[in-house]
Amino acid sequence: MKILTKWIRAYLPALSVDDHKLAEDLTLRGIAVDGVYDLGPGNGSLLEMDVTTNRVDAMNHYGVAREAATIYGVDLKKLDFALPAAQPAAAPFSVKIEAEDACGRFTARVLRNVTIADTRDWFPGAEVDTYFKLLEQKKISNAVDASNFAWLAMGQPTHTFDLDKIEGGIVVRRARKGEKLKTLDGIERTLDPEDLVVADHAKPLALAGVMGGWDSMITPATKNVLVEAAWFDPIAVRRTARRHGLHTDASHRFERGADFNAAPLASALVCSILLASGGHIEGDLVDVRVPAIEARTAARKPVALALSEVHRHLGTTLDAEGIIASTVETVLTALGCVLAPAGDAAWSVTLPSWRLDVEREIDLIEEIARVYGYNRFANTLPAFAGGVRALPFVAAEAAARETLRAAGFHEAISSTFCSAAEAVLTAPQPGQSVPLGNPLSEEAGMLRPSLVPGMLAMVGGNLHRDIADVRLFELGTVFSGTTEKVEEHPALAFAAAGALPQQSALHAARPLDFYDIKGVVEQLLARFQLRAVYFDRFPPEAGLTPAWLHPYRSARIVADGITVGWFGQLHPVEASVRKLKDAVLVGEVYIDRLYKLPLRKPAARELSRFQPVRRDFSLVLDESVAWEKIDQALDGLHLPELVDWRAREVFRDPKRTTQEYSLLLGVTFQAPDRTLRDDELQSFQSQVVEAVGKAGARLRS
Amino acid sequence: MTTEAIPTLSSFDAAALDRAFAALDAQATHAASELSGPDAVEAFRLAWLGRKQGRLKAVQDLWLKAAPVDAKKSLGQRFNALKTHVESLLDQAAGAGPSDAALAAEAIDITLPGTRRLLGAEHPITKTLNELISVFAALGYSVGVGPEVETDFYNFESMNFPPGHPARDTQDTLVVANQDRRPQRDRLLMRTHTSPVQMRTMELQPPPVRIVIPGKVHRNDAQDATHSPIFHQVEGLCVDTNITFSDLKGTLDHAMKALFGSSVKTRFFPSFFPFTEPSADVQISCIFCGGKGCRKCKQSGWIELLGCGMVDPAVFAFAAEKQPAYDSKKISGFAFGMGVERIAMMKYGISEIGQFYAGDMRFLGQFA
Repeated sequence: MKILTKWIRAYLPALSVDDHKLAEDLTLRGIAVDGVYDLGPGNGSLLEMDVTTNRVDAMNHYGVAREAATIYGVDLKKLDFALPAAQPAAAPFSVKIEAEDACGRFTARVLRNVTIADTRDWFPGAEVDTYFKLLEQKKISNAVDASNFAWLAMGQPTHTFDLDKIEGGIVVRRARKGEKLKTLDGIERTLDPEDLVVADHAKPLALAGVMGGWDSMITPATKNVLVEAAWFDPIAVRRTARRHGLHTDASHRFERGADFNAAPLASALVCSILLASGGHIEGDLVDVRVPAIEARTAARKPVALALSEVHRHLGTTLDAEGIIASTVETVLTALGCVLAPAGDAAWSVTLPSWRLDVEREIDLIEEIARVYGYNRFANTLPAFAGGVRALPFVAAEAAARETLRAAGFHEAISSTFCSAAEAVLTAPQPGQSVPLGNPLSEEAGMLRPSLVPGMLAMVGGNLHRDIADVRLFELGTVFSGTTEKVEEHPALAFAAAGALPQQSALHAARPLDFYDIKGVVEQLLARFQLRAVYFDRFPPEAGLTPAWLHPYRSARIVADGITVGWFGQLHPVEASVRKLKDAVLVGEVYIDRLYKLPLRKPAARELSRFQPVRRDFSLVLDESVAWEKIDQALDGLHLPELVDWRAREVFRDPKRTTQEYSLLLGVTFQAPDRTLRDDELQSFQSQVVEAVGKAGARLRS
Repeated sequence: MTTEAIPTLSSFDAAALDRAFAALDAQATHAASELSGPDAVEAFRLAWLGRKQGRLKAVQDLWLKAAPVDAKKSLGQRFNALKTHVESLLDQAAGAGPSDAALAAEAIDITLPGTRRLLGAEHPITKTLNELISVFAALGYSVGVGPEVETDFYNFESMNFPPGHPARDTQDTLVVANQDRRPQRDRLLMRTHTSPVQMRTMELQPPPVRIVIPGKVHRNDAQDATHSPIFHQVEGLCVDTNITFSDLKGTLDHAMKALFGSSVKTRFFPSFFPFTEPSADVQISCIFCGGKGCRKCKQSGWIELLGCGMVDPAVFAFAAEKQPAYDSKKISGFAFGMGVERIAMMKYGISEIGQFYAGDMRFLGQFA
């Protein structure tokens, strides 16, 4: 919105500050000025305003002038438009409000023998030509410009009808089913029975408070005019405007609450401008009001205000005197309130008709704080005796992040949405995914059931930009359920591609593989207090492995008997769909299931002071014998001195000429209380050989 | 290494003994001077002090046993002196370690870059959220969270955005499909702000409340350099008896100084939010130019950073339906909210909001 300082100064003869100071002071009182543009000598400045939606009363010149008058304590000129005497009418013009819930006031004035002409500066207070030029507001005709002038001056929408197109009189009513109206924008509209219209006795003339009608508009041939200034209900106007996809100056104001008392004044301003080119008034102003609406707008019950409440909400001021009774009285009176004393430092406050946003004591307190100046309040800190509570999962969440970061994974955040195809591919529970009603795009039509789509998009983004080494994780919300009831769970996803980067001149890069991310999963699980963790895989025909995973290079994570996630190599089909040439490793952990567990508490054990003895066994195994069997066999020995065992090397003939592979098993024996004797060691070694033998391994001869 | 045999003594007079021991002493000194590395030191020890084949053992066997009785004492003294000397040579050699020449042969290029372990980076949003949370934790604020899919009631109605109110136009909303048949307040949508957690918190807990609410929010907005349909907020709520507007000012002034440095100033402007009354926008003095005016602050010296206000009694009235202690005649409170992306962009000099959600390794790696 644009405001001319020249125009507002016309309402404030005593205002002495310059335009820049005025702009700053208005901004600090909540009437924000975004820019001040000098319009040249004698023309003042143009203020580019950004007024908050609640302050429609200040979205016009008189409203801004009222704010300035309040800030500086200067007089604000009363709006008064003298009209010539009316010629008598045979009968008053007929106006009827049928929709008494939606139209609170309707004023109509008949002007006869007017001349539709160009616009000029008509009289003091109606410098239409000057102001419009400075505002770069297009001039159309005296009738249209009169309405626009009244709008810019006081923010009250008005409308002028060609009186000769009106049959009978005016009826404000709801539209009838199937009624049609061609609006001023030239569009023929079919009306909804909920639409509020201004009609005559035969047809709708205008969408009330939104837009006038084509057929009754002022033309150069118009001789007789009906001037409308009314008050329409915010919600009725908003619904009508929305239904027809319209947003006009008039609807903007009515939607936010117009001034019930402004109609006669605006009508007088419009009429006096029109009559300046000739013509006369016929009859008195017809002014129909709905008492129920008047009672909740112009004639609201006074509000009680106590200085003690002002202090209770606002607190300490920098100025020792602070806000006193006279501050309250001065500020509120300047804003248009009428204060009647109601006890000691308390008032009964009658509210101004143009401030429908002010309706409670707290609203008055805000007005006092605003005009007093927010920056004149002290910075105090409230006393506090409570404690700070941590959310139950905070430590686990931090542990997860720390583990992934320590493994070299960067944290990422991705879109909350995915495509329908991605939802089908990745939803842990088939069919449990939730569509949006108004998605940003088709690719973002679903609430993500999994973090995997976002992960793959981010990995792809890197690889396609020739960033070959990728290690990312995301901790975020995933969604399941239905559009009736949406479930949210935290999840953790991670992905890796490329190599562990060359870390220095002395260390070669190494391609990442399945075991790198398995290690990350193991380390993550190790942060929690778990009794048993295992990894397994299902035959493809079982249909249990997520479709995004390579069926033979992926694993399910099972912790204490519960599935807590899946990981592995991305299915080659999915990789090729995404044009990913490199193998991508990806996984998802249903981390809310881990959050239910306590974090592992480290417990120290005694360290042996005695020499450990390490032995390696070179084994040959059938392909069907997985490491797990060897691992379980050694675990099953329950040999306290067998303190560690690991697969040190696995070798498979690259040509796969045999069904066997080699394994170098490294074991460590150590006793807490003694040096192991040779005969003991002999016995332990035999037990190891026997155990792995039973598991299907033989010693390489 | 000395390998020649121990000569036979021709005479046991003092001069002969002196010559013989001086020769051995010189041998030992010379041998010790050439020692390099622990293996050589050990060989020296064995060669001289070895219990079976050491040279001193040989001296004992050859000379001491053969010595006439009257010469034994004088020979013994010289022997002990030699032994002490050899031991001290050994100590020296063991302590001195390898020779400089030997060490020089092991020289490396210390200007080659160090071997860096992989270290994952904290996301700048997480980093900023954590900083904000800890600033407010120090002021007694716990952390609260709530769902990203909200009902119309929590997101709008209970925050004093009545159905059909124009204030709803300021927050374009992404809605869950198929909600038209449900009552307005039950309709599901992507929360447009973290404010609904204010109501969820108050419904569960009577005052006093001090809570900060970090979270992801969504709006149906087009993406540009500084706007994204996905972003994060931190909301704060403080409710107690006698909480005032000056407490709000002091709290945020303190928080902004903790976040951006103690020289940062704040100023407050009247604003409008349906759920606060009075409402304010807060600007901080430009952290780039210190308030003198620069490109970043559009020459104004100030940067707008957050919205806040005193909790509107209408919001307390909704809370009081479940927790009667939220009686706005007895308690008061303030709330504030800020965009995390905006703060992170300022703190880390990020120019494109989209970078937060692209997962680009190069971008994220900068925060390790």
